[in-house]
Amino acid sequence: MNRAEMRGQKRDDVDVSTSRSTSVRTFLFFLRGVIPNVGAFQPTQGSRVESSRIRIQPAARHPSLRLKNGYAQDDVHHRRVVPMLACVLLVSTVSSAQVTFERLVNSAKEPQNWMTYSGDYSGKRFSALDQINGGNVRTMAAKWVYQTAATGKLETTPLVVDGILYATAQDDRAFALDARTGRPIWMYQRQIPSDIRPCCGHVNRGLAILGDKVFLGTLDAHVIALDAKTGSVVWDKTAADYRTGHSFTVAPLAVKNLIVLGVSGGEYGVRGFIDAYDADTGQRKWRFYTVPGQGEPGHDSWSGDSWKVGGAPAWNTGTYDPATNQIFWPTGNPSPSNRGDDRAGDNLYSNSLLALDADTGKLNWHFQFTKHDEHDWDATQVPVIIDAGQKKLIAQADRNGYFYVIDRASGKLISATPYGKTTWSDSKDSDGRPVANGQASPTLEGHTICPGALGTTNFMAPTYDPQTGLFYVTARDQCDTFSKAPQSYEAGHAFYGSAYFPSEEAEPYLGFLKAIDPATGEVKMKFQHTSPTWSGVLSTAGGLVFSGDAEGNFIAFDAASLKPLWHFQMGGAVYAAPMAFAVDGKEYVAIAAGSAIYAFGLP
Amino acid sequence: MFPCLGGRRTIRLTATSIFLATFGVLFLGIIVPASADDKNPFAGDAKAAKAGEYEFRINCALCHGLGARGGGRGPDLTRSVKRHTHSDSDMFQVISNGIPGTAMPANGTNGQGVGMTDEEIWQIITYIRSREVKSPAAPPGSVARGKDLFYGDGNCALCHMVEGKGGRFGPDLTGVGGSRTRQAMIDSVRNPSQRLAWGLTEATKEFPQEYESVTVVTADGKTIKGVTLNEDSFSVQIMDSGENIHLLDKDKLRSFQKSRESAMPKYDSDVLSDKDLDDIVAYLVSVGAK
Repeated sequence: MNRAEMRGQKRDDVDVSTSRSTSVRTFLFFLRGVIPNVGAFQPTQGSRVESSRIRIQPAARHPSLRLKNGYAQDDVHHRRVVPMLACVLLVSTVSSAQVTFERLVNSAKEPQNWMTYSGDYSGKRFSALDQINGGNVRTMAAKWVYQTAATGKLETTPLVVDGILYATAQDDRAFALDARTGRPIWMYQRQIPSDIRPCCGHVNRGLAILGDKVFLGTLDAHVIALDAKTGSVVWDKTAADYRTGHSFTVAPLAVKNLIVLGVSGGEYGVRGFIDAYDADTGQRKWRFYTVPGQGEPGHDSWSGDSWKVGGAPAWNTGTYDPATNQIFWPTGNPSPSNRGDDRAGDNLYSNSLLALDADTGKLNWHFQFTKHDEHDWDATQVPVIIDAGQKKLIAQADRNGYFYVIDRASGKLISATPYGKTTWSDSKDSDGRPVANGQASPTLEGHTICPGALGTTNFMAPTYDPQTGLFYVTARDQCDTFSKAPQSYEAGHAFYGSAYFPSEEAEPYLGFLKAIDPATGEVKMKFQHTSPTWSGVLSTAGGLVFSGDAEGNFIAFDAASLKPLWHFQMGGAVYAAPMAFAVDGKEYVAIAAGSAIYAFGLP
Repeated sequence: MFPCLGGRRTIRLTATSIFLATFGVLFLGIIVPASADDKNPFAGDAKAAKAGEYEFRINCALCHGLGARGGGRGPDLTRSVKRHTHSDSDMFQVISNGIPGTAMPANGTNGQGVGMTDEEIWQIITYIRSREVKSPAAPPGSVARGKDLFYGDGNCALCHMVEGKGGRFGPDLTGVGGSRTRQAMIDSVRNPSQRLAWGLTEATKEFPQEYESVTVVTADGKTIKGVTLNEDSFSVQIMDSGENIHLLDKDKLRSFQKSRESAMPKYDSDVLSDKDLDDIVAYLVSVGAK
């Protein structure tokens, strides 16, 4: 495809009717780090000129273009292909740039690519690549580092398709890199309003890719599509009003021709929702409100008008089962998070796992982990699809300290087992669900409960390794003192109903990587970090588990023993989850830390 | 969500029981002189103070404790004398901009709470003012005698530094008198392990390093006792009582034992009388008030 064709195609896709899209609010700029204030940069003029300086083609797909733009592509790579990866490379060479739904469903056939937030639809965050393994990981070294120039917490999981890495950073940055070298191909940064109100930093956890576009949910509650080759805005849709505390931090999920994502804003009393947008046009195809409206089932689980500001955001990426065409999406805390007095009832569908029909957004079933939550225990953890023989399961290590295994056909609970320090439940109901004891509620003066508000785990992605049959998750033992205070709702203002703070009695706080057997819920092994970490976890067919720590280390563990085999000091705390990919027959493991993205490989 | 307590300076403030980083160090420079417009519009307004209490719980109580009485991380704000926030407009600037080099973050950047409007900040200030307890006009103790004890028979200066003079093994106490209550200082001397002090504030970590004591045996059989300056899963940096810094790899140690017992000895009243302690505290308060 030549450049003229690319432009033509891009133009066809542009939805010029979209408000506030390309001309005012969104910007392309390609001089990474040179222009700190993108507001001064005109979006359309000049960007194409700049882009022609650094835009390159994926080497494997267009050999004729390999020397274009002065990039010396290394043909030697192709002759050094490791046998294990030969078929992988072949797929890479012939694959189209178009990321089709079929490719996403069959992602196991192209392990060199990482095309969704969790690596595949099941949420396992498992890579079938085994070039880097227990025998050679000690020789692993940094291959490149990409500095994003962003400040705050870098939570992104990169995607890699056919040699190009796509990722995000704070303040709604998105960029494409040569995955072999870390060299930028394009960069996008949105000009976000100064009065956005995200609860927990200007963070973003990643992109979805479908067709020739990547998709970003923004801090000002827009959903935008970017041309995967140029970073140009193709369409830009407003999902909600950011001034009332709506925002997106989630990595969207592409399913069929839909871009699915859930809103953040449980700290502002939003009424949560999960949206699906047509990938071509940006038209919203469905919305599922996570707090039922009047006349809908579950509405009576809220007293009075509390449902209108009920929270239940949906800010972490769900999973998808192609066999039943169901999306599994978890939801967050009811609002206000720390005081339930004015929202009597179970508060459906807060802190729940929802099974939605992918085409319509209709609810098939729900499972509520924490009823009437008063501890900010969002259930926004990745729900992992696991098949055990004939059993079709979905497993979630919940923020409330229990590991749940659920029948994903029926939504019936199979087991709930604590995997960290918990004090809030002493008994289970007839479904086997842990029930809050009388001591659990926050008080005016404060009351200590475990886990604390940060939970036994949080948004950090877990992994399920089909080779060991174990579920690996980052865990924390910390108890908090929870207090409550009456607070009236005011649009766009924090709506917590009080606060929590670490309990001094329960210090120090401990951080772990734990390996759970989903068959029993038993914690089989654990590694204790120096302090609690926010890193997600990756497993690979090389018999390895990868995670990071708060002290800035990236660590490779033996999946069978959780013994650290290798580590590298990245100089910044980890708030992201690792992923793996291969280009030109070479495996890489990548993770974001500090302000940068790191890629590691064998010498 | 939770603040990522930041800051790059090494702050070793106290071997007493409470973390002192906040409101202590280095922030004179960031205070913008107040203009006439910086008057608290809610001064003395009880209703605003009540609104401020809720904002305080959301945004401040994590470190400064319920009721502003001080928490594990931030100082007690009920003291009427605050080291650098004499006026309401000073306080407005500190809440808005944070205190560089300490764990006190700028408004809206700590991950806790969501950023306050100017109006909400003034409400919080009104609340803090409503919580203040007047300290006695003449606190007990002799400053001059306290200074003599600190550098002399009390042996404090063997480990602690005040205004550039003293030891390095324990935290620097120059700012302690300006940010902690008398009682907190007394408790810390009588029972140093009750709450370990916080040391290194590392930008990458959620909490600063604590003043845990540590005993290691090296591969060649040498025993080193000291405090951990920093630590991760693979390496540790230790200062011994001779102020030597040891850089060690954990996998090369024969043993590595950390303890929640402070390296500071317990000063019972038969070692240090109540009067002597009052004098030392009076000295620290006099320095801290500067």
